[in-house]
Amino acid sequence: MGGHHGAFSLDVAHLLGGAVLVLSFGLLYQRRLGGLINAYAAQSCVLAAAAAWQGWVQSAPALVVTGLIVLGGAGVAIPVALHRIAGRLQFDRAVVTQPGIFPVMAAGVALVLLAVLLAAPAAAQALPREDLALALAVVLLGQLMMIVRPAAPAQLVGFLSLLSGLILGIVGVPGMRLAVELAVAVLVLAGAAVAGVYLLRIRARFEEVDAGRLERLGGAAQ
Amino acid sequence: MAGVSAAVLTGFAVVVAALLGLGAASAVAPRRIAALGSLGACGVGFVLALAYLLAGAAPATLAVPLGLPGSWMTLALDGLSGFFLLVLSAVGAAAAAAALEADADATAPFLPVLLGAMALTLLAGDAFALVLGLELTSLAAGALVLMRHNDSAALLHIGVALPGAACLIAALALLAGGAGGDFRFAAIRAHPPEGWPAVFVLVLALLGAGAKAGLVPLHGWLARLLVAAPMHVSALMSGAMTKVALYVLVRLLFDLSGPAQPGWWGAPLLVLGAAGAVLGALRANMADDIKAVLAGATVGSVGLIVIGLGLALAARGADLSTLAALALGGAMLTALAHGLFGSLLFLGAGAVHQGAGSRSLVRLGGLIHRMPVTTAAVLVGAASLAALPPSAGFAGQWMLFQAVLGGPRIDGFGLQTLVCVVAGLLALSAALSAAAAVRLLGVAFLGRPRSPRASAAEEAGQTMRTILIALAVASGLVGLFPGGVLSLAEPALRRLVSAGMADRAGLLAVAPQADLPGYSALGIALILALSAGLVVWLVRARAVPGHRFGPVWDGGFGPPPAWLPFGDPLTQYGGASFAQPLQRVLGAALLRARETVDMPSPGETRPARIAVAMEDPAERALFGPLAALRPRLVVLADRCWLPGIRRTLAVVFAVLVFLLTVVAIVEQF
Amino acid sequence: MTTLLSLALLAVHLALLLTLAPVLAGIVRWTKSRLMGRVGAPVFQPWRDLQRLARKQPVLAENASWLFRGAPTIAFAATLAAAALVPGFALGMATAPLADLLAIAGLLALARCTLALAGLDTGTAVGGLGASREMSFAAFAEPAMLLVIFTLALLAGSTNLDAIAGALREGTAGPLFPLGLALLAMLAVAIAGNGRAPIDNRAALAETGMVHAALALAYSGRHLALIEATAALKLLLWLTLIAAIFLPFGTATPESGLLVWLLALPVWGLKLGGLAMALALFEAGVAGMRVFRVPELLGLAVLLGVLAAVLLAVWQGLA
Repeated sequence: MGGHHGAFSLDVAHLLGGAVLVLSFGLLYQRRLGGLINAYAAQSCVLAAAAAWQGWVQSAPALVVTGLIVLGGAGVAIPVALHRIAGRLQFDRAVVTQPGIFPVMAAGVALVLLAVLLAAPAAAQALPREDLALALAVVLLGQLMMIVRPAAPAQLVGFLSLLSGLILGIVGVPGMRLAVELAVAVLVLAGAAVAGVYLLRIRARFEEVDAGRLERLGGAAQ
Repeated sequence: MAGVSAAVLTGFAVVVAALLGLGAASAVAPRRIAALGSLGACGVGFVLALAYLLAGAAPATLAVPLGLPGSWMTLALDGLSGFFLLVLSAVGAAAAAAALEADADATAPFLPVLLGAMALTLLAGDAFALVLGLELTSLAAGALVLMRHNDSAALLHIGVALPGAACLIAALALLAGGAGGDFRFAAIRAHPPEGWPAVFVLVLALLGAGAKAGLVPLHGWLARLLVAAPMHVSALMSGAMTKVALYVLVRLLFDLSGPAQPGWWGAPLLVLGAAGAVLGALRANMADDIKAVLAGATVGSVGLIVIGLGLALAARGADLSTLAALALGGAMLTALAHGLFGSLLFLGAGAVHQGAGSRSLVRLGGLIHRMPVTTAAVLVGAASLAALPPSAGFAGQWMLFQAVLGGPRIDGFGLQTLVCVVAGLLALSAALSAAAAVRLLGVAFLGRPRSPRASAAEEAGQTMRTILIALAVASGLVGLFPGGVLSLAEPALRRLVSAGMADRAGLLAVAPQADLPGYSALGIALILALSAGLVVWLVRARAVPGHRFGPVWDGGFGPPPAWLPFGDPLTQYGGASFAQPLQRVLGAALLRARETVDMPSPGETRPARIAVAMEDPAERALFGPLAALRPRLVVLADRCWLPGIRRTLAVVFAVLVFLLTVVAIVEQF
Repeated sequence: MTTLLSLALLAVHLALLLTLAPVLAGIVRWTKSRLMGRVGAPVFQPWRDLQRLARKQPVLAENASWLFRGAPTIAFAATLAAAALVPGFALGMATAPLADLLAIAGLLALARCTLALAGLDTGTAVGGLGASREMSFAAFAEPAMLLVIFTLALLAGSTNLDAIAGALREGTAGPLFPLGLALLAMLAVAIAGNGRAPIDNRAALAETGMVHAALALAYSGRHLALIEATAALKLLLWLTLIAAIFLPFGTATPESGLLVWLLALPVWGLKLGGLAMALALFEAGVAGMRVFRVPELLGLAVLLGVLAAVLLAVWQGLA
């Protein structure tokens, strides 16, 4: 626990966490797969910056390393892989936006408010509640994305941004033990999810990657 | 002071009696005296109200030997009723003057009755007088429309007004029950309701007064009634009748329920008010009849005022009395402003109907060339509707916005979130009203005429022009001196929320807090005038004076053929096309607007058509179940209704027992 | 003395506004051209255009009314009045007590409604189209703007722009994140209000894609000069507003030392130049947007505004 605890450094931490949240909204706003992946890459880069900033504020070099890992993994490697997979497997480039963008966004705002409300009682335990609220909101928005977007690539990106929320939460809590290990574990999970999509070649079995269709198939089997 | 108040109250009692008597007399005497007498009575009322408010508005009561057997009816006057009497008499005078211009038909006797009934409502000092006045108002309004053979609008009005009255009577009965069965307001005030009865009072008052004010979701009748009534009556209903109903709401929730009610009472008012503000303004954008446009705007303004009332209740509950005064002051200023510009616009619509033969946007256009004075007056009213500085509408909305901005000072996550959302909806409603105002002016008064009748429109008569100009000037003065209006509202504010605006609202500026800069209408007007002078001077210095006329550039369309003297009608934007972006985005979501395109196949000679169907969600939700209930009720009634004296007796007996049970239950409280 | 100083400040501010506005428009246009690989007209070209237009006698449509003739003057006067309220290089101008953000928004709405009415006056299809779109977009932009004002008022305790700029300059403001959200919302409103890409394209030649240009289509001569000047002034106003709120450093106040006063003007110029460059870069980089997508973008701004206001209200309440 180092000494850079000014109001300003806390503010910048919030700003970076908030930028991750805004980019979650950016994910919901995208109508193209390419844009979606790029928005995810941007989110990961901001996340990396947030982790590095926390490392500097908390005087924890390990967190700076975490930031670098996030930058390399989630900011570069995974987006590049996703772009390649999208090209290779010939996913539909348009993201199905049904329900429409505005209702989904409004639901997203409601979720953020819920997260703020949930994190508010933590004030008594002297935890940085704003950070917690932001991380929780990112997780919730990722889940929302997985629910409202039927196509598998969009769901995958939603899952990845959910994991970003987890990382944001992990790095935001000062003095958290095993922060680096946890963050790396989450990243490995993300990589595994991407690799799974590619290796399992869902497309080879089904005509199109549409999770709704999978559900219907599952329902028919029962 | 007390002497002045008692004299003014007596004067008002005489005015009310004169108005009601005038109504009875004009049924046999020449009908013109109804309008003339009403004008005189409203003039006297205006002077009385102004004198009373300027003299400090000391409360006064007067017992009148009328009313329920064994008890006298009480009339009372305080700052709140004085302010609303001022609104009523100003709007009433304009409406009565306009009635001079209108054809004196069989509806004439009901105008003084309507005015007298509204004044009686405002003067009521006990529950009996309030209900009597309000019901007389509803009946007179219904009769005015029924006499014009618009049965569905009148019946819908009565159909909403009666359950509304039932709710109000129940609310007043609960209040009086708490006061030991004393109907007088003074007694009720001494025993404010607590606990569950108080919540019932809130719900019943919202239902009852809301139904009469046109508060969402009970606004459907208002729009139809305003469209169906003659122009001066719609002006009176829009400008004054809705305000009287809102007065009843304020009287019940702020005064009679006592100051100790919790802050969450504001939440339902905020929600309903915001819904009304947005829905009304949106409907104003979708309507084709200019009176329907103005009716939508009326529903919207009722919503705005109720937002102010809700904030005032919430702030008072949190002991933020200065914020409550700001919100209530904003609501009262908006009420006066809308009273003036709403009636101005309705009278302008009447002048258009008379001069151009239609109220449909599809048939109007280009009236600015033929009716310059009417257009200029309507321009002033529309600026207020659009809340453009330095108009009266902007001053009212500025205060409401400031009150909303102070809202987060009230603690509680839910209320803070609600206030933020209401802020957005308030701005949405303001912007929608601006769009509606531009649409109304731009389509009806500007552009090319859309029908031969509109191209030969005639300017309104001398009387009408004078009224329009007077209303425009009054509206402009309210806009320039909002502080003056607030000083008239000061006694009411002090009485209801125990704080005033006197320390914050001078003649020059109105501020949200005593030590902060605020809004100075005069200053903004001055800067605007100086800027305009600077611009004119800068341009004049180098420009060639004068201008030339040439043919219109219409996006590449050729000159119109000789048989289309006003150009091709299809290349001009109309009401429906202007509203299309809003209709597609907001209309589809909020009003279920659906477009159907009828495209003829190649070779057919009929034109392609696009039709838009929409329905108000509130009406669907309210009347859908009712309509479904009707057949069942018919069957039930059939079953009960058997010939024979015993059955009839049984029904009467059942009703009697039911009423006795109600009395017994009320006695328990 | 203070009164004299504040009046002098206002005079200098107005003179700078009037001279700088066309130049700023020229800078944006030139930068955009360069970014797109064109040579671009000189920076002073808008000035020359204005002077040329101002000398010409206007040709009016046959059925134009007095409202059509007066609209450019009213619109320009309203915009100028609003611009006179926004502090540029110094706080404490003579108009500071009047500089209410709601009043500024109201004056801009006055200019907008006047021009929309003028667009409808000649009864042409294109004018009506422009008016309809302008008012519809405003219906979505206004709530976003009000929520930004709401956020700022929560931060500074007042809607007076001078007070807000002062509070933000002192750094007494609260958390940065809601302010960032408010900035995003305000940028969207500014883009819609000034008719910039991706919502509108001022250089558009096809009427179907026009919004603002459609309203000016029936104007010529000195009237057109006024309309063009209004557009340029409005852009300057918005950039100044954004600079005053979100880049509050370097502004002089009556209490400031000589050095701050000397630096205030260049700093203001640098801020405006930087913002103009950023605008040009953004416009060159984005593609035009379908008209019916615009409400979606502005709706997003509204949601960000709600988020900013609620987060700030809650966090301030908890702190």
